[in-house]
Amino acid sequence: MNAKPWKVESMRNHFGQALVDLGRNRDDIVVLGADTTESLKTSLFGEAFPDRLFNVGIAEQNMVAIAAGLAMSGKVAFACTYSVFGTSQVYNIIRQSVAYPDLPVKIFCSHAGLTVGPDGATHQMNEDVGLLRSLPNMKVLVPCDGLEVGKAVHLAAEVSGPLYCRFSRAKFPVLTAPEDPFALGKATVMRDGDDVALVATGIMVSRALEAAEELATQGVDARVVNNSSVKPLDRETLLRAARDTGAVVTAEEHTVLGGMGSAVSELLAQEYPVPMQIIGVPDIFGESGDGFAVLDKYGLTAESMIKAAMHVLSTKEAVA
Amino acid sequence: MGLDQALIDELDERARVLRVHVVKMTHAARSGHPGGSLSAADVIAALYFHILRLDPKDPSWVDRDRFVLSKGHGCPVLYAALAERGFFPVDDLVTLRKLGSHLQGHPEYGTTPGIEAPAGAEGQGLSISIGMALAGRMDGRDYRVYAMLGDGENDVGQTWEAAMAGANFKLDNLTAILDRNQLQQERRTEDIMSLEPLTDKWRAFGWNVLEIDGHDMESILEALYEARTTQGRPTMIVAQTVKGKGVSFMENVLRFHGTAPNDEELEQALSELGEPS
Ligand SMILES: Cc1ncc(C[n+]2csc(CCOP(=O)(O)OP(=O)(O)O)c2C)c(N)n1
Ligand SMILES: [Mg+2]
Repeated sequence: MNAKPWKVESMRNHFGQALVDLGRNRDDIVVLGADTTESLKTSLFGEAFPDRLFNVGIAEQNMVAIAAGLAMSGKVAFACTYSVFGTSQVYNIIRQSVAYPDLPVKIFCSHAGLTVGPDGATHQMNEDVGLLRSLPNMKVLVPCDGLEVGKAVHLAAEVSGPLYCRFSRAKFPVLTAPEDPFALGKATVMRDGDDVALVATGIMVSRALEAAEELATQGVDARVVNNSSVKPLDRETLLRAARDTGAVVTAEEHTVLGGMGSAVSELLAQEYPVPMQIIGVPDIFGESGDGFAVLDKYGLTAESMIKAAMHVLSTKEAVA
Repeated sequence: MGLDQALIDELDERARVLRVHVVKMTHAARSGHPGGSLSAADVIAALYFHILRLDPKDPSWVDRDRFVLSKGHGCPVLYAALAERGFFPVDDLVTLRKLGSHLQGHPEYGTTPGIEAPAGAEGQGLSISIGMALAGRMDGRDYRVYAMLGDGENDVGQTWEAAMAGANFKLDNLTAILDRNQLQQERRTEDIMSLEPLTDKWRAFGWNVLEIDGHDMESILEALYEARTTQGRPTMIVAQTVKGKGVSFMENVLRFHGTAPNDEELEQALSELGEPS
């Protein structure tokens, strides 16, 4: 299948620039990094506001708890590093010192998922969404492109309490426009269709759009939903998609256990059960290789989504 | 002490060959961490070609010495040493970081022959080494455990938990080597989270601390010998090194922490290392 000719962009450039824009209007914003400020472009914030950026070195536990202390003292603290180090490395610090006291600590992490590529399994964080979404008070965002990452920064500063946002090292296709809305608890319908719903996050949104195009040539009208607000979920949009189509496929660059697909299945199983397939990283660790080649090897492809769509469609028909 | 000059020459040559592999491997992978591999090359050569008791044909021999690379991103130089020592074919080296290769971007335990521990997230290796040293003592085995840390790993709290544990358990079968190359990922260590006075800190934590020029083979060997005979506490060898050592344009250059040489840079690096490209 031909990949669409989308423009690709660094998500981290948008991230760094959005923090600078935010910092200009809000002097309660502080940013922390862990020997990763150049990499995440939080160094831009440091150049603009040298006394509001704290690089604590390779000390993520310290970073998150310092962020908690800053948040207890009137600051809105952005703790930023690679997703494996900003989540699993510091899980109980987040749990006890951030989520439990419901503090405005915003954990923004790049380098999520398999597209980290050659660094291999130790750095390919495929469990973060599941870990973070199970914490009370925590909100979880998974933007699909750089523009959404920028909007997530501003959104995070507006909403109360803790929030986790995961994005990627790889350049991602630009799928949204600057004027498109981006809100907590809101999913976006990227393409209309009533036969099957493809609900995706991150890189898989572009692959869902490719899958939908191919499905259209086979007479299947797929709705594509960008489910960037994993917690809280957009119940209305998701339930409507389930009702209108009666068949749902989710896709995410994350383990199939506990991530966005799990969140959607928890909702649908309890409120409107329909045939459903979850596409994601199987229950195994990743491996080194070109990031997009690893995605393909693990079945995070438009082809897998088409196959899954056909499967849920036939189940729907069998039931009906 | 006056060590055998022939041995020193041989180990220096081994280190040169390891450096050649490092630049070739990271170039072929178009990614990876040459800087911290090159700074560690001399110590790794001393360990793998003289100090460690190993059997490449039996990588899980119970009485082998263990080497744990805590700074896992420096694995290219370790893979090169393992290959040159016969654990797997030298030809495998250029598959580093490629899909399907057993040479992962960061060490994978149980896959690559000779790799003793997983690493990637900084700061876990010294604790693992303590577990191995405790087990060796429990079982009455005389193997020794070696761990190599990056100086950036002194930022990590767990490193100091391990420092306390090593001294508390009086692990004289444990030797750590700190690759004190002054740089971490994006700055000098002293410009991010000041570490100094670093040898005093390790001494205060109860370790036998030796400070050496980590590119001087004679000093490396003398320190490793002394560690072997030290009783009642673990030894920390602070090896003063240069990140990127051996390739002029990589020396002390932050970019080569995590960037591979391009075609031109490879050629220049090989010529500086006295290797036809
Ligand atoms: C816990 C953790 N946080 C962040 C990183 C990302 N990272 C990889 S290497 C590195 C710097 C390492 O510096 P150092 O230990 O001095 O290694 P060397 O200079 O020998 O390459 C960082 C921050 C990591 N690997 N682990
Ligand atoms: Mg260093």
